[in-house]
Amino acid sequence: MNRPQAKLTTGIDWPIFGMYLALVVIGIMAIFAAEYRDGDNIVQNILHQNKNWARQVLWLSICAILALGIWLTDSKFFTATANLLYAFGILLLLLVLAMGTDVKGSSSWLAVGGFRFQPAELTKLCTNLALAKYLSSVETDFSKLRSRLIAAAMVLLPCAIIILQNETGLALVYFSFFLVMYREGLPGILLVIAFSGIVLLLSALLVDKYILLYIFTGLAALVIYFSRREIRRKRSRLALIITIWAFCSAFVIFIVPFAFTKVLKEYQVRRIEVMLGKENDPKATYNTRQSMIAIGSGGFWGKGYLKGTQTRFDFVPEQSTDFIFCTIGEDFGFVGSMLFIGLYVALMFRIIYVAERQRSTFSRVYAYGVASIIFFHLAINVSMTIGLAPVIGIPLPLVSYGGSSLMTFTMLIFVMLRLDADRQMVLR
Amino acid sequence: MSVYNQPRKRVIQLIILGMIALIVSRLFFLQLVDKKYSKLADANAVLKKVVYPSRGMIYDRKSRSILRNEALYDLMVTPASVKKIDTAYLCHILGIDKDEFDRRIANAIRREGRVRASVFASLLTPETYGKMQESMYLFQPGFELVLRPVRSYPYGAGASFLGYIGEISPTQLKNPAYSSYQQGDYVGLSGLENTYEDILMGQRGIQYLVKDNLNRPQGPLENGEFDTAAIAGKNLRLALDIELQLLGEKMMKGKVGSIVAIDPKTGGILAMVSGPTFDPNLLSGSYKGLNLGKLNVDTTKPTMNRAIQATYPPGSTFKPITGLIALDEGVINPSFGYPCHGGYAQCGRFIKCTHSNPGHAANLRVAMANSCNSYFMHLYRLSVDNGKWGGVVKGQVKWTEYLRTMGLGHRLGIDIPSEKAGKIPDTAALNRVYAGRWNSCSEVYVGMGQGYLDLTPLQMANAMCIIANRGSYFIPHFVESIDNDKSARLQKYKERHDVATHISDTAFNSVILGMEDVVRAGTARGAQIDGIAVCGKTGTAENYAKIDGVLTKQPNHSLFVGFAPKDDPKIAIAVIVENAGFGATYAVPIASILMEKYLTDTISVKRRPILQKMMETVTMSPRMRTKSKLDSLNSVSYIATSGEDLLKKIISH
Repeated sequence: MNRPQAKLTTGIDWPIFGMYLALVVIGIMAIFAAEYRDGDNIVQNILHQNKNWARQVLWLSICAILALGIWLTDSKFFTATANLLYAFGILLLLLVLAMGTDVKGSSSWLAVGGFRFQPAELTKLCTNLALAKYLSSVETDFSKLRSRLIAAAMVLLPCAIIILQNETGLALVYFSFFLVMYREGLPGILLVIAFSGIVLLLSALLVDKYILLYIFTGLAALVIYFSRREIRRKRSRLALIITIWAFCSAFVIFIVPFAFTKVLKEYQVRRIEVMLGKENDPKATYNTRQSMIAIGSGGFWGKGYLKGTQTRFDFVPEQSTDFIFCTIGEDFGFVGSMLFIGLYVALMFRIIYVAERQRSTFSRVYAYGVASIIFFHLAINVSMTIGLAPVIGIPLPLVSYGGSSLMTFTMLIFVMLRLDADRQMVLR
Repeated sequence: MSVYNQPRKRVIQLIILGMIALIVSRLFFLQLVDKKYSKLADANAVLKKVVYPSRGMIYDRKSRSILRNEALYDLMVTPASVKKIDTAYLCHILGIDKDEFDRRIANAIRREGRVRASVFASLLTPETYGKMQESMYLFQPGFELVLRPVRSYPYGAGASFLGYIGEISPTQLKNPAYSSYQQGDYVGLSGLENTYEDILMGQRGIQYLVKDNLNRPQGPLENGEFDTAAIAGKNLRLALDIELQLLGEKMMKGKVGSIVAIDPKTGGILAMVSGPTFDPNLLSGSYKGLNLGKLNVDTTKPTMNRAIQATYPPGSTFKPITGLIALDEGVINPSFGYPCHGGYAQCGRFIKCTHSNPGHAANLRVAMANSCNSYFMHLYRLSVDNGKWGGVVKGQVKWTEYLRTMGLGHRLGIDIPSEKAGKIPDTAALNRVYAGRWNSCSEVYVGMGQGYLDLTPLQMANAMCIIANRGSYFIPHFVESIDNDKSARLQKYKERHDVATHISDTAFNSVILGMEDVVRAGTARGAQIDGIAVCGKTGTAENYAKIDGVLTKQPNHSLFVGFAPKDDPKIAIAVIVENAGFGATYAVPIASILMEKYLTDTISVKRRPILQKMMETVTMSPRMRTKSKLDSLNSVSYIATSGEDLLKKIISH
């Protein structure tokens, strides 16, 4: 403790703290709105812990203690234990895979006493710390392919285990670390390739594969024709174009159908098809449809707090967890939704601002990690409630009901606040 | 090295903003542009519960209710809540087996799903309901009894015109007139129930309930602020006399034909019988579908209302009309006579007349009393060939125009559906039949009520009203008034229609006196009632029917038309008994009993044997009768006890 003894709050980034608190409070209010029925006794709900919102209040108090603990911890602790925590996280994930409790088709839960806990949430923090540690170490030269592969492996390892636990949504979030790596020097072309990959995947799902084959062949022919001079100079260019063409063709003709029939689970295929508008089975579209009705019926000003009919009468499934945004969309309308999303954007931009003011790479990478994770969660979660993404169960950061999620994001943010408070120190 | 990558902060911010922009534009579309979501939300969360008003009642002229609203129960099942019940016992009560039980549960799940109630057994019989009610606690909460209002008919009479109610059909649902109805709603499907559906139905109330995702009601929406109360249907008051109706139906038992009795002063129908008929209770309650199926295929066609849907050659009963037209056209006066010597020969063929004694057609009154065929055929020819019109075609046009104004050859517009128009020898028809070459001789038979002429019993009774009223009628109708109704709905039945306006009262009287003579001393002596001057005319109509593809002459129809009392007519009547022979044998006594009952409110002791005989005689062809299940169907009724009581009272009065 070489910090001067000062006020407890010295060095805290108030905007982030304020927005954190605002989101958690909005979250509890939204969960309350989703569950509240006329005649509910609020005090009894708290005492008996028989409603999600009441449990979330309890979780918040636990988080407060946790946050205080983190705030009082020395920053060096995080750099020192990053790799250890990562190893611990992976171990926990493997443990869950071996003896996890099955909840709604995913076996990512660990039951300890009366509580259920989802280590896949916590490992986000571990991975973020470990990645920051690795990228900030003096030995790492991130312009080298080897370093990049190691970094990617660090991210993809927990991701793979989580996929095996049937939590595709949570696994997807780990791809947010590639955004961090991009900031740290991963070539931009990779982002372009990733984007092209998404476009390729979507077209493979939406367009008939043989039509795509014709399009790819035509495009390849055009590219070869227009770059014929370059090709004459450089034969490898031709090989590259043909390789890309062959890969794209193989992707749409073999890989995607194979993935759909052999790799993905049936419900996953259905969800993807629902999102793409291919499937009209009302049962499959029920969640998305009810959620869109709830949000759409909010209109401009919304129906008013506790006035929403859709979310309050159980039309929207999982309404206090994954579909919590429906409550906000229905009760507070377009204006409320804009303010709510605006709050997230402000939080993310503030975190990026905080990240860029760090002197140590560790803190910067870590902060970018926090922003990226929040961004992925927000984008995927809101997109699925408004029918832009398939229904994959990931919570809205700080707002959705769930202890693991709230605790993880609390820890992510408070570790960052601690690091930021000590930004004058150079951490390795 | 991080310093070099500083601009990438902007890229990351742009990626975030790009995604957020996508989400915002989608939200903009969902919440502000597309209005369908708020509508869907209403449909999603608000349960509209229709509150059914009680259906309007129907009363006869003495305010006796001829039908009642009965409460029957449906057994509803909610498959998800069926747990640990004594299935065998339930099956025992309902009289079904385990397979049927499973099948019904499966159907219920298929129709409404597991958590919503659907019909397991509809309209339980009172006995089954009683047993169910006692043991209900054994089957709850999976099974519930739900009230369904149905009609019951204490007198068991009036099936042919009251009509019945049933679930609205998909075709009706598409009709904009039934836009306020929903699948499963009851609607009047025939008869008065159909014509006055809008009045009888009342106004349904709507109760808005907030529901959850499983359609379970959670309570009233906004404390019932938007609810509408149900308004009971309005009652109909008929001109009908239920006693007359009941007597008529009993007398038409075992006979094919019909009776129409009208109050000539108002056009109100006092009785309308189609024989043979059925107990209206058969089409209400648990076995409606089954019974309707049986009635529809019965050889006696009980579901056909012969009073408005069957057409008959009027025979001699048409002669007063021929006489009236001739008088109105001025081609004869009451003292006109025709030298009939047992037949009419002026048309190149000899058409026989029942009388041959000279002077039996010395004037209109005598010819009427003797029902001289020659005389009336001659009157028809005189009317048609009347120089005033210029040519037979124009004469025929004029003649059929008379018929039309008397309500013949077109639908009268009675207030029950499916009325037939009948047929009259208009020029179009004659051109068709005679390929354009015809004269007054071609269809000369129409003068005596045969030939190209078919009328419904209703039209015949209405023609009697015209004579009774000395040249006017009201469109025959059942409903005299509607309780608490200020609409002009019944206006058309209050308007007097004047016909044959050129005839003096004395001329009219000669026709009426002729008809009085028929009853006093002629063919309809059986229609005499002590102390009342009855006017009438019998008819014996020749008819043919296709039997095994061959057009065969059938036994004559027995007809009687008449009215009474002569100077202050209160009842006009037409009775047709199909294939029962001479008019005097059946039609006259039946009409006479009804007129006596209506005018004196009793049946004199000396005439009770006639009533008894009429109720017992069967004139229906054995062919028709042996295959008919009607009597056995009618005998199972357990509701229409008031009818039997009333009948006993009338007979023993």
